[in-house]
Amino acid sequence: MAVTEIAGLPPEQTAEKPNAEGLRRDATAERMTMLGLCSPAIFLVMIIMIIPVGWLFWLSFLGDDGSFTLEHYERMVNRKSYARIFWTTFEVSILTTLICIVIGYPLAYFLSQLPARAATICLIAVLLPFWTSLLVRTYAWLVLLQRKGLLNDWAIDAGLWDTPVKLVHNMNGTLIGMVHIMLPYLVLPLYGAMKAIDKDYLKAASNLGAGPVRAFWTVFFPLSLPGLFAGGLIVFVLCLGFFVTPAVLGGGKVIMVSMKITDTIEIFFNWGAASALGVVLLVLTMGTLYLSSRLLRLDRVLGGGR
Amino acid sequence: MSWFDRPASETQITHSQRLWLYIAAGLVMVFLVAPTVIVIPMSFSDSQYLEFPPRVWSTRWYDHYFASDEWMSATYTSLKVAVLTMLLATPLGVMAAYGLFSSSFRFAQLLFITLITPMMVPVVLIGIGVFYVYVKFGLVNTIPGIVMAHTILAIPLVLIVVSAGLKSYDMNQERVARSLGASRFYAFMAITLPQIRFSVITAALLAFITSFDEVIIAMFVSGGDNATLTRSMFNALRDQIDPTIASISTIMILISTSLLVASMLFGSTTKQ
Amino acid sequence: MKDSSVGAEALPITIRDVTKTYGDVHALDHVSLDIRSGEFMTLLGPSGSGKTTLLMVLAGFTRPDHGSVKFGDREVIRTPPHQRDVGMVFQNYALFPHMNVLANVAFPLKLRKVPKAEAAARAEAALETVQLGGYGQRQVDQLSGGQRQRVALARAIVFEPRILLMDEPLSALDKKLREHMQIELRHLHEKLGMTTVYVTHDQREALTMSDRIAVINHGRLMQLDQPRRLYDRPANRFVADFIGESTFLPVTVEGQAAKVAGKDLLLAEAVDPNRKTELLMRPERVRILNGSVPPDMNVFDATVSEVVFQGESFLIYADLAGGTSIALRASTFSDPAAQVPAAGDTVSLGLHRDDTVLISAEEG
Repeated sequence: MAVTEIAGLPPEQTAEKPNAEGLRRDATAERMTMLGLCSPAIFLVMIIMIIPVGWLFWLSFLGDDGSFTLEHYERMVNRKSYARIFWTTFEVSILTTLICIVIGYPLAYFLSQLPARAATICLIAVLLPFWTSLLVRTYAWLVLLQRKGLLNDWAIDAGLWDTPVKLVHNMNGTLIGMVHIMLPYLVLPLYGAMKAIDKDYLKAASNLGAGPVRAFWTVFFPLSLPGLFAGGLIVFVLCLGFFVTPAVLGGGKVIMVSMKITDTIEIFFNWGAASALGVVLLVLTMGTLYLSSRLLRLDRVLGGGR
Repeated sequence: MSWFDRPASETQITHSQRLWLYIAAGLVMVFLVAPTVIVIPMSFSDSQYLEFPPRVWSTRWYDHYFASDEWMSATYTSLKVAVLTMLLATPLGVMAAYGLFSSSFRFAQLLFITLITPMMVPVVLIGIGVFYVYVKFGLVNTIPGIVMAHTILAIPLVLIVVSAGLKSYDMNQERVARSLGASRFYAFMAITLPQIRFSVITAALLAFITSFDEVIIAMFVSGGDNATLTRSMFNALRDQIDPTIASISTIMILISTSLLVASMLFGSTTKQ
Repeated sequence: MKDSSVGAEALPITIRDVTKTYGDVHALDHVSLDIRSGEFMTLLGPSGSGKTTLLMVLAGFTRPDHGSVKFGDREVIRTPPHQRDVGMVFQNYALFPHMNVLANVAFPLKLRKVPKAEAAARAEAALETVQLGGYGQRQVDQLSGGQRQRVALARAIVFEPRILLMDEPLSALDKKLREHMQIELRHLHEKLGMTTVYVTHDQREALTMSDRIAVINHGRLMQLDQPRRLYDRPANRFVADFIGESTFLPVTVEGQAAKVAGKDLLLAEAVDPNRKTELLMRPERVRILNGSVPPDMNVFDATVSEVVFQGESFLIYADLAGGTSIALRASTFSDPAAQVPAAGDTVSLGLHRDDTVLISAEEG
């Protein structure tokens, strides 16, 4: 080694790897301490969620007599009613996501263009529903949308329609409520992504001759897409498993998978069938997340450990 | 030059050219806020049917709420569960966030993802899973049972908020404290924790509200004397539109608004 | 000069065979180094060279794969940071924003259970040492960058550690203040006399402040020497290139003679025939000869290709007969005798024998 030849340096150490063993032990001990800090949380998540869900997975393959069976899954494929439920779930999720994107994008763009103080004030409009109980918000819509509700009254007064229109206990009501619940989940990540776009890009674009509209579509919009995808994904996934809002505002006409699961337990006490539905719902959710995370690096959106 | 003709951005677009954007965004903000806010005056109506604006003002439905043993007991249960969840989820989440943040082991990322899965798994599934297990261990309709289930829902939020806090914190401060003679634990308590306190407080508020607002798990595993407020509300909603709900909603809006304001105040202090 | 009131006896540091790998990358590659008691030692290297890693090993924040670090006779490689008793100053100061200046400085004393009144007095004394007497009640965010730096320093020395570690403490300051603080740190070191290990990537800063400099690259020690020796006699091309300006000329070695473009060189030191060597030319050591050739001078004929005015000097590029281009500096005196050539002029360049240094052509 060249080092030994340099004047002023001490001679090469003769002992083979001094302290290597002890240092390795220290490193392991530190790692264990850090792991130990996570373990209560991990333990709780294990016993409250992972093991029970694993148990349900097991139950979904058991028949009434306790033997292995695929009947719960076969029923889902064979019966039309199940196909309809899955279709409804998808329809509601996709429509909600699309509407959220259409009305959420302008809002996020607007917020991102405001000066800091005004943005903080306007952000309250997004954060307030976020912090308000979903049950309360669903209830508010129920009150507003009912047959003799505020919206019908106003619309009739304004001459928009003559007789009360059915706005709730159907798909319309469900979608309005769902969009209202989900919108903050779209706007917040999108707003974050838009704030992160360097304004110099737009200056450069306009300097190079792009008008405001063109600069928006060729520079700003593509740069905001990751935030839009992330927000859209969160909304879609949350919609897939949603329960309260469709249960209250759908009035029994919009039946989603999660509601079918609850009914199967509460009314029929059929754990196998409910579990099988749950497993399919979980696979759909996780599958969506996994596929998108390969494209989007979801961990970055959610903020990882490091 | 009027406000309309002034440039709205550095690329010389004027406010008038952006008017459509302001209108659209304004409408969406009204859509977000109005339904919640409109419940408040309606709750002061004297009528059996909810009206806006109320023809006769009264606190009738509040009296009804405060006089009802059932509602009061549910409210007490909810508050108790939410406080306990906050007290359990916050330390667990902070410990995990610190442990994962300071770790270089390879599966730290995996552990992080494991800890935030409760956010991704459909709550209904967690609800029936918990129900199934609690039936076996006699935890259904017990406070510890609900608190544990709510805690795993709150841990992901605490973890994410506190991790973000740690990321923007300068770990050299803790290092310097250690080099000056503080043990790691002391350095965390004396130097790190005071500086990430706003993240920790926000996380605790989120944990509280997560539990306080939770419906689905409560539907399965809370009941009898230990039914939560949300569970009772949900059942009431399915039956008919009980105006008492409007008064309860108003109180809940008040709680969440004060929590939001608290979190924003802490947030603005952090930035300084 | 040592102030008897502050600073206990300094300790030597003995580093042996310290190795740290991240995956396949050697952040530290079998580093051995002796730091003398009371010495101001600078670890100098480009970013990613491993200099900060080595400092973190000394402080206890980075755990190496193996190796030994001794403070005096005490092996500390497995000692946790808080039991090492070293003062440390970080690049970004790392002052605690939730405490005032006095509480920051008294923090290590509080940990050492020093009674409150005494702690306050000692903290105040430390603040005076860094010329911030009376600043105790200020909040951290009311201080300027230079003041924060001093507070961080006061906090690191207040408990009289026998070793002081500094990680690029001046790099966040502007140039003028940085140069001022360099001198001040130097004086403070003379006064307190604690063994000081200082990390920087700024070669001028290293030359200004250090008793000795350890040049580090790719996790290995490139050279360890006093500033003057390091500059005049770099051990290899990396050190020559990293410290100061330099141009390198290919040299042919025949026995004891070294030739450039066929001409024998007068050398400062004998040739090592076993190494591939190059001639190191520092621009400021090359002179333009006006007719007469002083003794002990190597002479090169060259054509000036470009002259650049840089304020304190001219930077002149000249092509040698062989086609190699070299750089030299000429002063900007308003002295008619010191004529500055123009582009296209033919000039004779002189390099004194003592400045004629052959270095290893390998990177290091």
